[in-house]
Amino acid sequence: MTAVLASQLCVGHQGETVVADLNFRLEPGQVLALVGSNGSGKTTLLKTIAGLLPPVSGTLEVLGPGPRRAGGIAYMGQFHPSSFMLPLRVYDVVRMARYAAHGLFGRMNAADEQAVQEALATLGVLDLAEAPLNALSGGQRQRVFLAQAFARDAGLVLLDEPAANLDAGARAIYRKRVRQLSEAGCSIIIATHDIDEAAECDTTMLLAHRVVAFGPSAEILTQEALLATFGMVGKYREGGIVIVEREHGHEDCEH
Amino acid sequence: MIYDCLIAPFAANAFLLNALLAGVLVSIACGIVGTFVVLRGLAFIGDALAHGVLPGVAIAMLLGLPGMVGAAAGALGMIFGIGFITRRSNLSSDTAIGLLFVGMLALGVAIVSRSHAFSGDLVRILFGEILGIRATELAIQLAATLVIALTARICYRPFLLLCFSPEQAELSGFPPRRYHAIMLALIALTVVVSFRTVGTLLVFGMLLAPAASAALFSRKITTMILTASGIGAGSVYLGLLASYHFNLAAGAAITLAASILFFLLLWVRQLLPASPARPRMAQGARP
Repeated sequence: MTAVLASQLCVGHQGETVVADLNFRLEPGQVLALVGSNGSGKTTLLKTIAGLLPPVSGTLEVLGPGPRRAGGIAYMGQFHPSSFMLPLRVYDVVRMARYAAHGLFGRMNAADEQAVQEALATLGVLDLAEAPLNALSGGQRQRVFLAQAFARDAGLVLLDEPAANLDAGARAIYRKRVRQLSEAGCSIIIATHDIDEAAECDTTMLLAHRVVAFGPSAEILTQEALLATFGMVGKYREGGIVIVEREHGHEDCEH
Repeated sequence: MIYDCLIAPFAANAFLLNALLAGVLVSIACGIVGTFVVLRGLAFIGDALAHGVLPGVAIAMLLGLPGMVGAAAGALGMIFGIGFITRRSNLSSDTAIGLLFVGMLALGVAIVSRSHAFSGDLVRILFGEILGIRATELAIQLAATLVIALTARICYRPFLLLCFSPEQAELSGFPPRRYHAIMLALIALTVVVSFRTVGTLLVFGMLLAPAASAALFSRKITTMILTASGIGAGSVYLGLLASYHFNLAAGAAITLAASILFFLLLWVRQLLPASPARPRMAQGARP
């Protein structure tokens, strides 16, 4: 079963197109990076795939034809405004990921509790399980949200800027977990600004209100394609000098 | 001495005991609903709903119908009004809800001003008549509190997800709009059954103050609901006692007690060391 199949897909808000003419297929176990500048349409596409926004036009199949199954998709958004004040324990926040499988009345079982414990342990926040969410730092909270997404055991995981606020150690743990999930047959789509992160994904889609390029990451992430996506590319040379090449004129500036 | 001061007023006066029972029921309803109002940041919608029932109550009074019927109609009108302007208005929902709220309040006062006993009626609607509670009203209050508790129990998971993120509620198979509407209906039911007791103006205080106090110390929603209900019930007791001994308006004294308790607990919270995310083993952690 194909994880995502988009044909002539236009995504946007309230009928206004943000990215048009998307045609792509994501197979089980594939990891896709959506790369683009702010406002390029990454989040809009993720939310449309998640079913949180209706497509403007075109067809989109997620985890097979027909309506999406509750719990089939895990989604971690960028913003959690309420998390600053919610008096909830970390354990309870991650446990919410398992509600989809049980509806209003179904009892949580040992497998659910184990999945929650494992997700907490994987992200290194098991020792914070009883801490209130509103007492955590930004990075700790981000790990909890990732644990929540991973605890769902979904066939498709959608992550919006997942590495934001993560330190180097947490970032390595998260990337390892993504690879493990992919090997287990789970498809993952990651919206990111981080070219290094995209380079580790199987495929990359470069977005700038249109699809600039789509294909295997190793082939897609070229300087020309990144210029067309971001309008500029930063390079780091010895001594920390930054060369900025602009799309128009291709001038070099040394700082 | 202590008995005379703290218990005798309720043992010797049936009307005061009724007021205490009604107040405790209001506290339980407000503790449940107020917890979600505080966690979801629905305070302004709650305020608008609490005041939006005024025209309905006023019309019911003029027509000689039970106030609760009018309050229910007013609350229903407000829910549809809030839903409509939230969807259609380009203004921020705060502005739109604020305008609806003052408009409804003004309409209510305008209608009540047609009554001969204008100021008496208005004070009764705004501040309640907790000392005049009858057995039938107690029974209605009990039934409504049970409905609120049962609904909150059934909808616990979607309500929790809504507090965390409506997007997560949607992805878990709980349509956010449906459960938001149920939450608004619970706020409305709380306001409708509580306005006789503490009045439309003060029911809002009972929705917010105990839940906000509980939020200062709680780590679980169920703990917060129970704490809020307890703080509310304590406020009712203290307010009625103050009203009895110092001849104060009962409804206002109750809400004042709830507000003072909040600031007192906020001060205590400031004195306590902050609870950082201390590592603690989670083995066997069960909510």
